[in-house]
Amino acid sequence: MIVVGYTADQYGQAALEHAMTEASLRGTGLLVVNSTKGDAYVDPAFAGAPEVHDVEERLKTSGLAYELTQPVGVDPVDELLTVMDRPDAELLVIGIRHRNPVGKLLLGSVSQQLILECQKPVLAVKPVV
Amino acid sequence: MLDNLGWLIQGFEQAATPMNLLYACIGVLLGTAVGVLPGIGPAMTVALLLPITYNVSPSAAFIMFAGIFYGGMYGGSTTSILLNTPGESSSVITAIEGNKMAKAGRAAQALATAAIGSFVAGTIGTVLLALFAPAISRFAVTLGAPSYLAIMLFALVAVTAVLGSSKLRGGISLFLGLAIGLVGIDSLTGQARATFGLPQLSDGIDIVVIAVAVFALGEALWVAAHLRQKPAEVIPVGRPWMGKSDWRRSWKPWLRGTAYGFPFGALPAGGAELPTFLSYITEKKLSKHPEEFGKGAIEGVAGPEAANNASAAGTLVPMLSLGLPTNATAAVMLTAFVSYGIQPGPTLFDKEPLLIWTLIASLFIGNFLLLVLNLPLAPLWAKLLRTPRPYLYAGILFFATLGAFAVNIQPLDLVLLLVFGLLGLMMRRFGLPVLPLIIGVILGPRIERQLRQSLQLGGGEWGSLFTEPVAIGVYVCMALLLLAPLVLKLMHRSEETLLLVEDDKDQREKAQA
Repeated sequence: MIVVGYTADQYGQAALEHAMTEASLRGTGLLVVNSTKGDAYVDPAFAGAPEVHDVEERLKTSGLAYELTQPVGVDPVDELLTVMDRPDAELLVIGIRHRNPVGKLLLGSVSQQLILECQKPVLAVKPVV
Repeated sequence: MLDNLGWLIQGFEQAATPMNLLYACIGVLLGTAVGVLPGIGPAMTVALLLPITYNVSPSAAFIMFAGIFYGGMYGGSTTSILLNTPGESSSVITAIEGNKMAKAGRAAQALATAAIGSFVAGTIGTVLLALFAPAISRFAVTLGAPSYLAIMLFALVAVTAVLGSSKLRGGISLFLGLAIGLVGIDSLTGQARATFGLPQLSDGIDIVVIAVAVFALGEALWVAAHLRQKPAEVIPVGRPWMGKSDWRRSWKPWLRGTAYGFPFGALPAGGAELPTFLSYITEKKLSKHPEEFGKGAIEGVAGPEAANNASAAGTLVPMLSLGLPTNATAAVMLTAFVSYGIQPGPTLFDKEPLLIWTLIASLFIGNFLLLVLNLPLAPLWAKLLRTPRPYLYAGILFFATLGAFAVNIQPLDLVLLLVFGLLGLMMRRFGLPVLPLIIGVILGPRIERQLRQSLQLGGGEWGSLFTEPVAIGVYVCMALLLLAPLVLKLMHRSEETLLLVEDDKDQREKAQA
């Protein structure tokens, strides 16, 4: 099972694209995780109902076995690492953006933490420019 | 009338000085920001900023507070329209139609009509304030202690019994407030009341500590208890603008909304929620496009937004002319008056005319600044909602603690802050309204003083309270207000259904159609 760390922007969509390709190559299913910390009134990374609908449509037409979850009130890194601890999780696919060192110091980097801490392979993709 | 115009012009001269303009800008920026964020309002912000009154001149401080007050009404509509979560309790009705308009892709028009309507209502409201407040204050000076006592009691009863869903809860809140106001050494007899043997409490519990504790700390604890929630979807919008047909449909609701908002703001029980509700119902009835209501009718945004801004102006009328606060922000602003040593009351216009007219002039300036801020920048304000709440409330708690400690530099105040913060949390948990508590704390001591003065003047006879015609009239109104629900119940109708009965009929017709 391939796990996708999805966010409602171009990085999440790039991750989803690559994950779908990977899943059809390997012949396994997909688990799409779109989590939010729930701290703020508005979280732009959290997919709203229309976007969830679109994503599910694409997953359905691709013919792959899929599951889409939107956990609320969890730390994104911890959630993805917990999901990757499952025995059937093979690969984590995330979209990454360039952050310079000062940005990482001030705002943190979810993708850096995931790449360093995840025990299983991580596929870090960038959106097509 | 002409001298008032002269004073107003002098006020404009003062308000237009660079320092005062700076404070006006800061005030409107802060006001819009807190209006946009749900849970934080102008009352809390003014309470947190009370410590600045130690260093800043009175006119600058009041200009800033008034800017925050007006700004809160403007900012609340942005969240209501884009997020379906009202930023302020007065923007609840705007959320009904505004969010539907936004979902239909007309967010820009909704935001524009809200901002321009707020400006129109605010300007007209401030003009009416400039006309009525001096007149009322001249009349109020002639009132004696019995009448003044009657008016203050009426304000207490009105705030408790009319606002809110439960009179019992309002009453509990009011008596809690009166009890807190009782703490201290009695000014007439020198007797220590409820000081628990602590000498630091002999001056009473400072209103700043209570206001900050109940508003800021209570809200912060409540949010901390309900922290992790599903985030709302914000509807993306470009620059607000309106088409010609939107203008044509909006201008009458703006004027009608102002007509509803101003009187209700001036009355003790009014608040801003009731006139917005009435405005909505009126617009629904008078609209040429009634089928659009519920799906995004622009009149449903224009009217209520004008109403809530006009009621903000209306609230300042009794505050400046009588020294009577009719909502939480006015109550906290009155505290600022007292901390400057200015006695609020009917003599305010005579004793401090320049200050008051500078304040009124800066309201006009602030209103204009708010329009300029909100019209192009509304989508930017919506970005403020991305701040994670822990950071926001950490900042609020910092200022709250600082403010409470700065009052008297005594550690007991911090303990009191915590105790009353927990009280604020419990009040939110059990649905007790906060406004009667604050008004009880502020008005309680004053009512007691007026009562004792009246009794002393009347030689200790309770009958002397009923000697003035104004006093008798006000007591009659109070009795009517308290008895009206009982009478209605006897007539087999409750007051809530009076307002809702029309909506039920519409809904049944819709269901049948």
